[in-house]
Formats: sequence, structure tokens, C-alpha cells
Amino acid sequence: MTSHGRTHGALAAGIALAAGAIALAAKQQNRRRHRDHPADDAPGFTARRDFGRYEVVGRSVTIARPRAELFAYWRDFTNLARFMENLVDVSPAGAEGHSVWTIRAPAGQSVEVETRIAREVDGELIAWRSVEGSDIDTEGRVTFEDAPGERGTRVGLIIAYVPPMGEAGRAAAKLFRREPEVQARHDLKRFKMLMETGEIATSARRKDAARAAQMENA
Amino acid sequence: MRALTWHGTKDVRVETVDDPEIVNPRDAIIKVSSTAICGSDLHLYDGVIPGMMAGDILGHEFMGEVVETGPASTLQKGQRVVVPFTISCGGCFHCRIEQYSACENSNPVEKQDASAMLYGHPMAGLFGYSHMTGGYSGGQAEYVRVPFSDVGPIVVPDHLEDDKVLFLSDILPTGWMAAENAEIQPDDTVAVWGCGPVGLFAVRSALAMGAARVIAIDHYPHRLELAHKLGAETINFRETHVREALLEMTGGIGVDAAIDAVGMEAHGFAIDNMLDVVKQKVGIGADRASVFKQALLAVRPGGRLSVPGVYGGMTDKFPLGALMEKGITVRAGQTHVQRYTDRLLAMIEEGVLDTTFLISYRLPLEEAPRGYRCFREEQNTWTKVVLKPGIETQQ
Repeated sequence: MTSHGRTHGALAAGIALAAGAIALAAKQQNRRRHRDHPADDAPGFTARRDFGRYEVVGRSVTIARPRAELFAYWRDFTNLARFMENLVDVSPAGAEGHSVWTIRAPAGQSVEVETRIAREVDGELIAWRSVEGSDIDTEGRVTFEDAPGERGTRVGLIIAYVPPMGEAGRAAAKLFRREPEVQARHDLKRFKMLMETGEIATSARRKDAARAAQMENA
Repeated sequence: MRALTWHGTKDVRVETVDDPEIVNPRDAIIKVSSTAICGSDLHLYDGVIPGMMAGDILGHEFMGEVVETGPASTLQKGQRVVVPFTISCGGCFHCRIEQYSACENSNPVEKQDASAMLYGHPMAGLFGYSHMTGGYSGGQAEYVRVPFSDVGPIVVPDHLEDDKVLFLSDILPTGWMAAENAEIQPDDTVAVWGCGPVGLFAVRSALAMGAARVIAIDHYPHRLELAHKLGAETINFRETHVREALLEMTGGIGVDAAIDAVGMEAHGFAIDNMLDVVKQKVGIGADRASVFKQALLAVRPGGRLSVPGVYGGMTDKFPLGALMEKGITVRAGQTHVQRYTDRLLAMIEEGVLDTTFLISYRLPLEEAPRGYRCFREEQNTWTKVVLKPGIETQQ
């Protein structure tokens, strides 16, 4: 639905902070060499620094499937709930590129966040962020790069969010768990399993137990 | 169904549990006809492997009949299959380069964190072997759910009875890979520590790969006799100074390659071993690595050390200097079973390879707890126990 390289005029002034966090987290050596960090080639999100009021989570995984296939699967946000543990559902919203994410909350409740595609480069990158006035202020970006040789595709996920207060805060905590890195890694690994094997591994002996195991941390 | 379940150190029971069912599309359900107790099951029995939960079904050497298949399984009902103990997806980077025991997708995501923290990377899924390797229900049961059944299970011809092919599930390819990892050259002398099933198959494999001499080390006379029958010279470590003997038996050179088929629960009275026993008992997780250490000192400079024996944690007073200064190559790891099964099945069919000599006792599944006790306590004569869920009384 979005042409190659087209952006949605996003990352404007009002969302500068989150955008800044994501950009910092994504940047590699050049940016970091110019700041007060030791010069190295690691992704920004592995730096020993903080990103202001934003929590930033970054993880990457290598998946032995073609880049275009992975991009297409992720681009259909309705697929995300299959491997993101605390997503109940993502469905298209009214405007083009907008989606409503339903996130599991305590006591059987759920919270909705509307996002829009902020930037998209076909086969390479999808960025999204919550619309203004949303309960949770969040932005995410997934990138797809060819991995060396026959290894497939390196998929990088960076999510920035403001840990909110109140009901939404609890929902956000659920979404990212206590250790957001762990959640991001788990979600990416489930994505990898689904893409490489067509299923998500479980050691449960019975179907009902399999569901319970996958909800263990929900 | 009936199944052998773990409840704590030296506490295993046969209980009635829920039957397994098809959960994922590539699953199959196997009705078990034969299933063995492995030496590495004794590590679970002795409570030295972390990540066990009460009620876990043990067993990772099993075979049987396909009774149910998921929509994406390539097996057919009625086929007889041997199931590798390593669970492998076939599609990840490691499976594609035949490093099946490093499969990235078989250990459920929620089980990966413990081994990732301990080892830097998560382990693959294994049947019946602790929640660090997935917590999969094992084969010492009437039925087993087998994930990725299009990758692992080997279909075996009907004319080969269970006892001839069962060990393709683990110990036969494990012994074979142990010898392969020793990178044996013609004229080599190879020392094998431990004459349990894996050690014995390593002896057999090393000779098959052209080793000039194999020296087998143990303290159980019956096991040493089995090694001798396979063509090995023997050393009883209770009677003989092992390192001195190895040096003298090789004219002062030392062995070209060493195979540690013992692992974390070494017997013997080395001081560091006694300390490590105490540490294991108080739960601070040191491996008793006395064989590993001794082998590093015994192997000649530039030689190789292959480690099929299981280790799980840390060890103290490791002779790191010997490793470096002598330039020793160490290769280790869980077996990439699927890499070897076709070749080994062919050797069994041709009659080149016999595995049945190893089996000392065949018991009904109901007698599994006795099997564990005796395999643990009477290692001289109980060399290998095979459980047969289908039989009622001892054959």
C-alpha cells in the first residue's frame, strides 16, 4: 500500500523526543564517535547510556528466510499478534497506515493504542508510532538487512516508549514485561521460529497445556 | 498412559499421566516399543542437572510405531521409527550446516533464558532432559509427542529388530562422533576414558576409523572385558597409575587423541574430584571434571581431546596451561545425531556394526525404577537397560 521509499511526513517536531531516542539507538559508529561515548561499531542501543524519559529496547535476530518474505509478513501488522506475546490483536484503523493495537492488561482487561506508519522503505524498514493523544507514547522500527552468505536476513527491532502512569502504565509494563529486552528477544525468536519452521515450538504434551505455557508470562 | 516420572534425587516412579496429542502441525505421536536408560539419565537421577521439575517424564533413547501424524508430518501411520534424542527443526542456520544439536528453534522461547544466561547461547531442545533443554516429555513412556517429525525420526526396515537399531537414537552416533572429533589418523593411539555404552561405541568407532591402538580406561572388570572384546587394550584405574601407564604404553610419547566418555560424575579419588563431589552435594554446581583434566595432561603435545561426556557447569583448578602450552585441540558437544544416522543404519544392515552385545537387561516399563537403581548401583554388570513398554515380565 505504500510505495518504495515513501515516508508519511512523520517524525515531526511534536515527536522529536521519541524519534531522537530511536535514531540514537539505531545509529552506529559515526554518530557515537561524535558523542561522549567510547568509539566503537556497536548498535547504539547496546550503549551504556540512557535515552532521557524514553525506555529503549533493541534486539536483532538472524532468520534463514529471504528479506522480502519477512518484510511482507511484518508489514501486515495483523500478523504481529501471532508472535508478540502480549498483543491480543492488531487491526487496521480508519486512515491509511493506521492500526489499532490491543494490548493485554491485568485482570483480563486490555488497552488500545493507535499507531500510524511513520516511515517505510520497501523490503528494508518499517517505522511506526502512536498517534497524538494516545495512552501510550511509543515508537518502533523494524529493519531488514541481508545477512552474510546463506544466512538469510538480519532483523532488527527497536522500540522506544515513555513508561506511562496509571492504567496505561500497567498495560505498558505488561507489553514490555519487567525486562523489556527479554520480551523483545522472546518476540523476535518466536518470529524466527514461525518464519523458519512454520510453527512456534512448545514442549507441552497437550494443546491446552501449550496455550497455557505460551501465556505463562502474559 | 504409563510413564517414568522424575520426582527428585534418586526418586523416579512409574505413574499414569495424560496421553500426548498432536500440538503443532509437524508433530507425530509414537507408540514406544523400546526405550533405554542412558548414562546421562543417571545425572538426572543423581540430581546434578539443574532445571528439573517434579513429574517430568524422562528418556531420550526410544523407538516405536507412528500412531498419529500432524498435517505437516512426512511420516505415515504404522512406520517403525527410531527417534534422535536431539530435537531439530531442519530449517535454521545450524540445522542447515548439520549442527543439529545446536538447533535454534526447538527449545521453546520461554525455556531458553536459563541456558542462554549460563552458556551465552540457549541450548536446543532435547527429549526428557531438564527444562533448560525445553522440558520435553521423554521416551520412557507408552507414547511420545515428537515435534519436527519430518526431520528427526529414522524409518527402519521391519527385518531389523529393535535391539539392533534402538541405539541409533543416541549412544551409537555419540560414540561415532566422539571418535570423529578425535580426528584419528592411521597409526594413532587413542585413549578412551569410561567404558559405558558411549565409551564402548567410541572404542569401536575409533578402530573403525583406523586407529592403530585404542586404550580403554575404567574400573569395572566386566566393562573392561567388553572393551577388550572390541579390540581395545585396557587400564583399570583402581590398579594402575593411568598417566604413567599411558606414557609407558606409548614409548613416552603420550596418546595422540583422548576421548572423555565419562563427564561430570567421574569416579575416583583425585583430591580435586573429592572436593567437587562435596560442592555438587551442597549445590554449588561444580562439575567433577577429573577425567577432562587428566586427559589434558595425558594427551601428547599437539594432540586432540574429544568430549562426549556431559558437563553442565563450572570447574575449578582447570589445567589451562597444559591446554595452551601443549597446543591441544578440544572438541565437544551434544551429538548431531541426524548427521550420522543414515551411515550407521547402513553399517548395521550390512552386519558391520553390532550393538546388541551391550544390552544386559530388558525390563517392562513398570520396572523402570529398579532399572535406574541397578544401572546406578551395579555398573559392573548392568551395562545397558532397555525398557519394553509392551512386555509384562522380564525376558
